[in-house]
Amino acid sequence: MQVILFHLMPYADLDLESARRHPSVWVRLPNTHFDPVKGHKLYNRYLDELEYAEELGFDVISVNEHHQTAYGLMPSPIVTASALARRTKRIKIAILGSALPLREHPLMVAEEHAMIDVISGGRLISGFVRGIGAEYHTFGVNPTFSHDRFHEAHDLIVRAWTEPGPFAFQGRHYRVNYVNTWPRPYQRPHPPIWIPSQGSKETIDWASHPDRRYTYLQTFSPAKVVQRYLKMYRDTCAAHGYAAADRQLGWAVPVYVAETDEAARREAKPHLEAFRNVFLKMPIEMLLPPGYTSRDSLKNVMKAKAEIFEEITIDKAIELGLFVCGSPATVRQAFEAYWREMRFGNLLVLCQFGTLPGDLTRKNMELFARQVMPSLKGLGSAA
Amino acid sequence: MAFTQHYLEIDGCRINLRRGGAGAPLLYLHGASGAPVIMPFMEKLAERFDVLVPEHPGFGLSDEPDWLENIHDLAYFYLDFLRRLDLRNVLVVGSSIGGWLALEMAVRDAARIRSLVLVGPAGISAPGVQPADIFLWSPEELVRNLFHDQKLADARLAEPVTPEQVDIALKNRHTAARLAWEPRLHDPFLHKWLHRVTVPVKIVWGENDKILPVAYAQAFKALLPHAELEIIPACGHLPQAEKADRFCDIVLRFASRG
Repeated sequence: MQVILFHLMPYADLDLESARRHPSVWVRLPNTHFDPVKGHKLYNRYLDELEYAEELGFDVISVNEHHQTAYGLMPSPIVTASALARRTKRIKIAILGSALPLREHPLMVAEEHAMIDVISGGRLISGFVRGIGAEYHTFGVNPTFSHDRFHEAHDLIVRAWTEPGPFAFQGRHYRVNYVNTWPRPYQRPHPPIWIPSQGSKETIDWASHPDRRYTYLQTFSPAKVVQRYLKMYRDTCAAHGYAAADRQLGWAVPVYVAETDEAARREAKPHLEAFRNVFLKMPIEMLLPPGYTSRDSLKNVMKAKAEIFEEITIDKAIELGLFVCGSPATVRQAFEAYWREMRFGNLLVLCQFGTLPGDLTRKNMELFARQVMPSLKGLGSAA
Repeated sequence: MAFTQHYLEIDGCRINLRRGGAGAPLLYLHGASGAPVIMPFMEKLAERFDVLVPEHPGFGLSDEPDWLENIHDLAYFYLDFLRRLDLRNVLVVGSSIGGWLALEMAVRDAARIRSLVLVGPAGISAPGVQPADIFLWSPEELVRNLFHDQKLADARLAEPVTPEQVDIALKNRHTAARLAWEPRLHDPFLHKWLHRVTVPVKIVWGENDKILPVAYAQAFKALLPHAELEIIPACGHLPQAEKADRFCDIVLRFASRG
């Protein structure tokens, strides 16, 4: 199994009381809540944490893209991945992912990812996402064209990476006379492509197609939901006539390890609850604008609204498998049990979440890397 | 006045059309919430007009054609609709997005259009004014903000909702987003060609419109100098629903002169 340290870079200095007076920290939380001096310290702390992961033996470090929110301070994962490419030597760097439909031109994504791949000597993993619903409100990109734009942007990027240029591209959303990307990516045929998702049959059908076989990552979902979607991915591969490799499956989950189960719950509680109940909170209209999902999916979410949108305690989060927390032995056993059920070849651990401060983040990373990760890496075939 | 209901296929798209009354043809073009039922103002207008109430492609019981990508597609569809039914001298009444649609039709081809009644129409931008962000509102907020008289909103919210109505509401919302998400509720090029609208125009606006503030009425007046403007006090975004009698009087007086 590959173990990936995933970071969201939240604005951990957020005034939670003030933020709670707003419907969400997304889209319309006034940016006067952001203090650039505190931001300076946070960015450098977070980049240090990601760089430290190389020393601790993680296989991959990962950044992502979110806009106009205290949830994550990475409107451009290109900036953070670039900084990491120069400060690390061996570890792979995953952008999970670039929000293709939100970008004005996909060729810019092809170019930026290729640059990082070349600078890092082939250490890039390219993730492609559509951006979350809130970001369609932010940018005004029409969510009813989100899937179309995503697929067309993806096709253009992969062709730009793999076909000799120049060639012309005629799409519905993007038209280019000369596709001729400099630089070409370092890896052949191109960097691995991973597809993070909150769970969608349409995404699974597309990512698992024999022409693509992209790694599918289920993010921040109850363990039983993760299991359902990873099984759906394997079943879809089987229907396509091939067996999914474990490395095609991944699970992203927040994790906290401390000396004892009791200490872990006590230390993580306020920060995990801030993550779930403040940073992730948004109304359904913001999360799922029209066309972002199929109407059937939207109705399913509306039915499960209470479960999805209500506040949650740390105990409930652990019970649901939304969070893995405890002593090294507890966390190791939990992941080994989950792995036996799901056989994911990639585990993405979020070791900083919500307001978790730097000292606890480092302690968490160290205990996880030294006392949990070694046994997890041995699970399954080499990724 | 009894309305009939039937399906009609135009441009490969089957639409649901309700029609009632007798007289000169009046085409009602609904807004983002659709036209799921015959409303009292339609009944009243049907005493004097041949009232046609189609559900737009992508709304209600009508098909969702692949070709529907923007308001221009819808305008060409309705020009085909007028030709197919051989309607002439049509009074087109459009509410909100439907008013925008009526203008998009009229700048292209007004040969079959006698005059326009625009009810809180979308379609243009105006400096310093912003339409409400209808896509961020919950269903309840949307209903509350549609009406000035909250008793009407209470009544609307108290109505039971069937699963079929939930499906239709999601479908309408999807098509409204496709047409009007960005640019939000307008066509940035339309204003350049509004001088092509030479038929008589009546603009009706609720003074307390929370979706498209009444300041838009002045912006339209500047672009359509020959248009008559009537602002209805104590009224929200849907004067035809909130002040039905007053609204029908305005339409009848305007039509009798036009």
